[in-house]
Amino acid sequence: MIEIKNISKSFNDRMVLDKVSGVFKKGETSLVIGASGTGKSVLLKCMLDLVRPEAGTTLYDGRDFYVGDEEDKKDIRREMGVLFQGGALFDSKTVHENVQFPLDMLTEMGEGEKKDRVEFCLQRVGLEGTGGRMPSEISGGMKKRVGIARAIVMNPKYLFCDEPNSGLDPLTSIKIDELIKEITDEFGITTVVITHDMNSVLSIGDKIMFLHKGKKLWEGNSQTIMGDTVPELEEFVFCNKALSLMRAGK
Amino acid sequence: MLSVIGRYLIFLGKLFTRRESLKVYWERFIDECIGIGVSSVFIVAIVAVFIGAVVCVQTRANLVSPVIPVYVVSNIVRDMTLLELSSTFMCVVLAGKVGSNIAGELGTMKITEQIDALEVMGINSASYLVLPKLLAAVFTFPLLAIISGFLGIFGGYLAGTLSGIITPEDYVYGIRYSFIPFNVFISIIKAIVFGFLISTISAFQGYNTRGGALEVGQASTSAVTNSCIAVLIADYLLAELLT
Ligand SMILES: Nc1ncnc2c1ncn2[C@@H]1O[C@H](COP(=O)(O)OP(=O)(O)OP(=O)(O)O)[C@@H](O)[C@H]1O
Ligand SMILES: [Mg+2]
Repeated sequence: MIEIKNISKSFNDRMVLDKVSGVFKKGETSLVIGASGTGKSVLLKCMLDLVRPEAGTTLYDGRDFYVGDEEDKKDIRREMGVLFQGGALFDSKTVHENVQFPLDMLTEMGEGEKKDRVEFCLQRVGLEGTGGRMPSEISGGMKKRVGIARAIVMNPKYLFCDEPNSGLDPLTSIKIDELIKEITDEFGITTVVITHDMNSVLSIGDKIMFLHKGKKLWEGNSQTIMGDTVPELEEFVFCNKALSLMRAGK
Repeated sequence: MLSVIGRYLIFLGKLFTRRESLKVYWERFIDECIGIGVSSVFIVAIVAVFIGAVVCVQTRANLVSPVIPVYVVSNIVRDMTLLELSSTFMCVVLAGKVGSNIAGELGTMKITEQIDALEVMGINSASYLVLPKLLAAVFTFPLLAIISGFLGIFGGYLAGTLSGIITPEDYVYGIRYSFIPFNVFISIIKAIVFGFLISTISAFQGYNTRGGALEVGQASTSAVTNSCIAVLIADYLLAELLT
């Protein structure tokens, strides 16, 4: 379980996050949604302590992430898997080396064991056989999937995905959503997914947090989101053509 | 300005704290020696041979007095090469090649979140990425300086003997005439210091890139400019100190 409490962050006097709090539970896929530029990625970076917020705390199963020395933090970091918005694959390494990298750096596994684990993860994201390619030789969607494979290779307790399906075709997009949901259920991971894709919202949102201009305006799940009447949320949800037609015809 | 220097010093401190295992560094070090050192041999060789040749020809053209023995030409080529060309001049060239390369690489890693990806794995990204580059530069620059010194003198020899302005015997005599071995040592010390400055300043510029591709370009440019300035200032200070 991850708890965030009153996280505030501003850049150059511009408030990007304003006292955001929330709880992300184990075995659930929690979504953070909101329009572009509302601070979703910044919230994620605060939770990962890549950006230190001015106020607030992040607790990983009760362990405060902002206090303690680097060694304590490293223990928590070992339990995290992160998919960045752009994939963040290491350009100079092959797909296989990218996925294997956390194992190389953080574990004492033998070569054979590592190879098996990497192959299992690549196969899990549907990329068996591409291990030898360089990141510059694969498509954007494949990069995302390699990013997911790298994020899950250490069997994380906490999984973070920043827009796992932006820029993907609808079919691949759904597959990735399902993949995330599956591994979350299967391994009891605490998963936080940032998205603005309504498809994902409706299909995998065990719990949803809506951010608007740096504030948390609404919280619920994929069932309650359609019936709610917060104007900003309605605007966000029903800009989707199919959904707005559906509402008009209901 | 002062705050930049302060941040640079903090950055240097970060390189040496919380390191990864030696095995990891060893592999990265070998890679960087190839990337920084071996791949620079060609440019260093070209620059050294030609500068040596030019110094030889120019010195001869300006020393027209019959009272000056001709071996002074190679004597001057030797001292110029060892004292300035093989270290300072070479490092200014390397600041362009190695500096922009380091800043570009780290800048790109920064803006594409690769550095963040290292950090969330609990790896000290500054140390993991930069320390091997620093060690590789400090290790290979002196070797390059030796190559450069040797080829500079050789370039002078080629130009001098092929154009007939100095006989091979005179050239060799001039090179050996009142040779101070300490000058080789100075050249090596300078290359070590400059290697340190170029690699860390360029890494600092690249590592602190914010924004997009445009800023990566700017970081590369300022890496080269700042490294050159630092090299020249350090050159002056070392000259005061060592001679
Ligand atoms: N390092 C930074 N320095 C200054 N401003 C920043 C920085 N990082 C983010 N911002 C600002 O914070 C705001 C929120 O950015 P953020 O990346 O969190 O948006 P987002 O909700 O993830 O949007 P998107 O859906 O487009 O990814 C933006 O207005 C951005 O300009
Ligand atoms: Mg974002």
